[in-house]
Amino acid sequence: MPEDVNLATYNADALTEDLSDAVPAESGTAPQAVPAEAPRVETQQDLSAEIKALGDAYARALKDGAPKETQPRLDFAPYRSSILRHPTKSLHHADPETIELHSPAFGHQDVHALEADLTIQHNGEPQGERIIVAGRVLDGDGRPVAGQLVEIWQANSSGRYIHKRDQHPAPLDPNFTGVGRCITGPDGSYRFTTIKPGAYPWKNHLNAWRPAHIHFSLFGTEFTQRIVTQMYFPGDQLFPLDPIYQSIVDQDARDRLVASYDHDLTEPEWALGYNWDIVLTGCKRTWTENEALGAEGDDHE
Amino acid sequence: MSKLTATPGQTVGPFYGYALPYDKDRELLAPGSPGSIRLQGTVYDGAGHPIPDAILEIWQPDAEGDIVRRTGSLVRDAYTFTGFGRSAVGNTGVYTFTTVNPGPTEPGAAAFISVAVFARGLMNRLFTRIYLPENEEALAKDPLLSSLDPERRKTLIARRDADGGLTWDIRLQGEGETVFLDFEGTGTEGASQ
Repeated sequence: MPEDVNLATYNADALTEDLSDAVPAESGTAPQAVPAEAPRVETQQDLSAEIKALGDAYARALKDGAPKETQPRLDFAPYRSSILRHPTKSLHHADPETIELHSPAFGHQDVHALEADLTIQHNGEPQGERIIVAGRVLDGDGRPVAGQLVEIWQANSSGRYIHKRDQHPAPLDPNFTGVGRCITGPDGSYRFTTIKPGAYPWKNHLNAWRPAHIHFSLFGTEFTQRIVTQMYFPGDQLFPLDPIYQSIVDQDARDRLVASYDHDLTEPEWALGYNWDIVLTGCKRTWTENEALGAEGDDHE
Repeated sequence: MSKLTATPGQTVGPFYGYALPYDKDRELLAPGSPGSIRLQGTVYDGAGHPIPDAILEIWQPDAEGDIVRRTGSLVRDAYTFTGFGRSAVGNTGVYTFTTVNPGPTEPGAAAFISVAVFARGLMNRLFTRIYLPENEEALAKDPLLSSLDPERRKTLIARRDADGGLTWDIRLQGEGETVFLDFEGTGTEGASQ
């Protein structure tokens, strides 16, 4: 895949985590009002106070009997770019119908087995700590999601994405692209060999740093189960400071994004192992016998 | 009721551009092939500005209304219609697909395309639908559309272009905010404060 990193796409994208769209519409939306006269640089302290206020309010609501939240808030002002990008109306309940109760099929025409190893995509070995990330994709009823597509992307060990608009002055690694794919096995298992990504700075506020993470994109057996998320590493000191991780206000829910170190996955003289299982939402469709056996895709011949 | 709690989603972030797009990702059919149409539109934020860093996926039945279960969406062979496509927007917030008009999956049902929306600044993916504008009788009977007031209902129905294509814009917030769907029915998914 690295040889075919699409340079047209790479060069054409104008994506950057800048602040141009992230100015709060009115100072009253934030718990701490921003002084009107002078543009003031927002610090980690400002953001941490906002995050704490939202967390405290959630804790009080829980005490008053509110249900536990399991997903990120779409409206989470500490992530400044979300301010103009979250729907203000509640999501409209719909019973999934027909096409939504099925999922696109992916197979070995789509993904080569070698795409699961992000350390062999170039002529040399990438820099950094080699790791194995493995686990299972399950649906909400605990059934393995077999023969489905898993896509990942990440920064290199220095915390630099290959993306043109990532201007973090850390070195690019000519031997690391940071993109991988695989098709889950009959038991829903996936496994990637990669490099532990570094933390990287972004411009949400002054001195904002993202905890090290790997982006994951997953399909289920129904399109309603489609999810894109991020996997984190255990014990990261940046967790309490990160507005994206903290947009999930419930601690148990946040913990579901953190992999576990797994010495059984670690390979001697080679790579450290991390385990992370992913649970999709429940299926809404009545399954046929074949599907229950995991016969979608072409992974089971 | 599900036994396990779902893993939370997270934003797709700003740097998916070298990972998620792939060759012919937006061409469910080769452009210009018989029956192909262009589906396009613009993604807007709450200030009415186009968003340059959103990525859309569509998943749809074929022209006969059959749900295709064929692999090959990532490596297209130029003949097989798989029903799945992905399109990152460009600098002006515009996405484009080459596809077919979906057929109704059941006789008399309203035909629609299922959509997942991802963007930097969007904490979790959003689901919605694109309905074809024709067949008003079917649209009137549609369970989702008939549960919406007329202003909101409009946001899910594409416009037919002069060249036979479809135009459908997404407004993440504000006036004309697109209807986004919750399939879980828990009321907790993506709770807005």
